[in-house]
Order: sequence, then structure tokens, then C-alpha cells
Amino acid sequence: MFKSIQELIDQAASENKAISDVMMEQEMAVTGRSYLDIYKDMERNLEVMESAVEEGIGGVESTTGLTGMDAVKMKKYIDSGKGLSGELTLYAIAHAVSTNEVNAAMGKICATPTAGSAGVVPGVLFAMREKHDISREEMVRFLFTSGAFGFVVANNASISGAAGGCQAEVGSASAMAAAALVEMAGGTPEMSAHGFAIALKNMLGLVCDPVAGLVEVPCVKRNAAGASNALTAADMALAGIESRIPADEVVEAMYKIGLTMPSALRETGRGGLAGTPTGERIKAELFGEQ
Amino acid sequence: MKYKSVFDIIGPVMVGPSSSHTAGAARIGLLARSLFGGQPDHVDIYLYGSFKDTYKGHGTDVALIGGLLGFDTDDDRIITAEALAKESSMQYQFIEMEEERSHPNTAVLHLVKGSEQLTVEGISIGGGKIEVVSINDYPINLSGNYPALLVFHKDTFGTIARVTTILGNNEINVSQMNVARKEKGDVALMTIELDDTIDEAVIEEVRAASGVDRVIEMKES
Repeated sequence: MFKSIQELIDQAASENKAISDVMMEQEMAVTGRSYLDIYKDMERNLEVMESAVEEGIGGVESTTGLTGMDAVKMKKYIDSGKGLSGELTLYAIAHAVSTNEVNAAMGKICATPTAGSAGVVPGVLFAMREKHDISREEMVRFLFTSGAFGFVVANNASISGAAGGCQAEVGSASAMAAAALVEMAGGTPEMSAHGFAIALKNMLGLVCDPVAGLVEVPCVKRNAAGASNALTAADMALAGIESRIPADEVVEAMYKIGLTMPSALRETGRGGLAGTPTGERIKAELFGEQ
Repeated sequence: MKYKSVFDIIGPVMVGPSSSHTAGAARIGLLARSLFGGQPDHVDIYLYGSFKDTYKGHGTDVALIGGLLGFDTDDDRIITAEALAKESSMQYQFIEMEEERSHPNTAVLHLVKGSEQLTVEGISIGGGKIEVVSINDYPINLSGNYPALLVFHKDTFGTIARVTTILGNNEINVSQMNVARKEKGDVALMTIELDDTIDEAVIEEVRAASGVDRVIEMKES
């Protein structure tokens, strides 16, 4: 079993394999299940992601009314042709927002690696499908590659906002997506690791401060930021830019920052944006004075 | 390593909005139900840390109830679990605890049906992954990834050997085992994780072994 990103990319490089293959083979070894069974389960997860993206673009609203319908606005904006960013980025934003609006509305999503950060990976993946000719199999591979990097973060640090803040959720998701984007675009495993490191570095210190404790504000918009950050990091890595701090050390830094983060900023709905006058007012309106 | 499968990271498929506070909570409820061997008539649910602070916003309450009713993370019925609990006459109450536990996402469930009682302490560690950290106040570590036997037994010599001999004679391999007790000579708890599910006949044999008080089977989740 690979225990670090270094081990993961060494394994891929020495056996001349894609990271997605290394992840698949480990899954077969650990579970004793067949290639086809594992592949089908991942394909099913991809289908859930696709349905969520479509549902959100069609327009959903959460029961509180705090989030929803912004994916519809993004889609209209893209169609107007007036977008400042390139279409790939715009679609990544739209699909990330869409997925998290569905999540906030208690719809069905696939956690990647968590529900609060579930928009990032599908966001960039379905944006790639909009703009590039990629096969279903490449999309499934994308998820295995993302999973391989997330696996290391989950075991060596944390993917929980309550334990490590938003950097552990949207930060991890963004880094996972960056690594998978690099592989999909033909980069080497080492370049994937640099993409991962750059993306995670840009998200270090991000706190988990949901207003009224709901996975709505600022989670939905942070997924958009995580998605566009993944594209930025992937492009930098593909350009040959390297992270000065190795990926595993960035993961360790993220873990240590999480340990020193006060509990008010770790998914308790007390500090940060949750503690602003507007955040407090929303909480009082929804749940009454406490 | 706490996370073993790629589907711990890309997954679970679930009803939103939070993998730790909704999906994890449903799994804690579901695992408690499985350990109890069915649906309780009444449950006291103690919430700690982030679970206590944000359970209303995350649907942690409906997810725990949904799990206790037997619903998995992707089951839409979680949303209406409160009404469904009423229909199937399962009573519950939530108790907010100020005290800090070792993990910020902790729930302690006290399940009751007639004279049967069971207390399960679960933690939700992120991405929908959970662990059971104590049963009836005995510290244990159970991932729910493998079938397991929980054997309450007299804390005296020979009992562990008798139980493992029964498993060995039935060609059942133990993957992980843990023994915990509260006081010397009192009742102790053996937690045995297994590679495969186990026949009812074998469980009966374990139940009948000298020194064994109570056996709970946990199926793979």
C-alpha cells in the first residue's frame, strides 16, 4: 500500500503506469474484488455526479433559501459569451456550484472526498467533458487518480472540516482534482504531484466557518474557488512549474495547521463568517435565539 | 491506515449536505441498529462537539434516526426520518452535551427495547467514514468494514482460548482482535474482526461456551 505521495508516484514511474492504474491495483489487492466490479462501482459514482451536475444546472433551492439557483445564473452567463475567464473555467465554476447546491438541498451527491467539497472534482471533470473530447473511461480514470491522492491526505492528515478546517475539505478536493487534471492532460506522475502540491498550498489555512452550521454559506462558492484553483495549479504543473515544497510536506503542513486551528473555525458554526453580524442574524432567523 | 479503499475517498453516494455530519451520522445509527440486532423502541442520543453545535443545520438528527430505522447514506427516506420513526413507533430524544470528547464529531446512542439495552459511542472521522469507539462504556475500535463478533465474557482465564478454539475449529480466520475490561475480574469485552461472515450455528456455539455472557454479531456494512 502506498503511504505517501512520493511512494505513489515512485510506484507509477517505476512500473511505467498511470496513477489511476496504481490505485485500481491497490483496490483489487485490498478488497479482493475484480477489476470489473471496482470499475463499475466507480462508474456508478460518476453517474451520480453527472445527475447532480445536471440537476443543479436545472435549478435547485435549499430549504433555508440561503443557496440555490446560482448554477442557473452561471449557465446563462456562459451562454451569453461575455465571460471574462475561459469557458473551461466558467464551466468548472458552474458545475461545482451546481453540485453543491444539490448537496445543500439534501439531494443525492457523491462525496469527493466529502459532501461539503463534493463540487470540486466533478466541477472540473465535467468542464473537461464540455470543452475536450474525453471518453467515459478517461472520466472514470480521473476519479481513481483523484482518489489516490485523496487517500494519502485522508490517512496522513485529515479530510474533515471539524478536524482540519476547510483546507482539509475544499483544499484536499482541489489538490486531488489538480493531480487528476494533469494526468488526464498527459502530464507525468511527478507533474501530477506538483499540481497537487501547488493547489493545496494555495488553500492552506482555509477555515471551516459555515453560517448557522449549514453546508451552504460559504461552502457552495468555495467549491467554485477550489475548482478554478485546481485548473490554475494543473496548468502551472503542465507548464513545467514545480512546487518548491514537496507534496507530502504540504500535506503535513496542512495537518499541523489543522491541529492549531481554534475550534471556533472548525465546523462549529461559531467563528469566521458564521460569527459575523449577518451570519448570526441568519442563524437566529433560522433556529431562533439561542 | 484508517482509510483503506478508494471508495472511502470517492464516495459514499449520499443524501446531502455533509459526509461527516449526515452520511457518517446515518452510518453510526445503522451500525448501532446492527449491533443491537434490530430496531429499538427508544433511543437517547447524546451529541458532542461539532455534532452538538451544528446538528440541526447538517441534518445529523434525521440521519441518525434514519440509520436507526435501517436507512443507508443514499436513502432519500433520511429526509423524512422523523415522521417515519413516529410511524414505526421508535421514540428518541437528543441531548446536547457540553463536555468535550476525544473527537469533535461524537454521538453516544443508548438503545432500549424491553429489558435489552445497549450503549454505542460512534465518531465520524471525515468523508463518511466512522468508527465505534466504545460499547457499553468498554473502549473498542471497530471500523464496520469487516464482520465482527462482540463477546461479553467473564474476565477470567481460559474464556478467550475457548472462544478462539471454536472459531478455529470452524475454520474461521480472525483478522483483528481486542480485549477490554472495566475492572479486573468483572465482565470483559472481546472484539473479534473476521475475514468472512459467520454461521448462526457457530455463534450459538460461542454463546454456549463457559464464561461467555452475551454475543453480538456485526455484519459487514
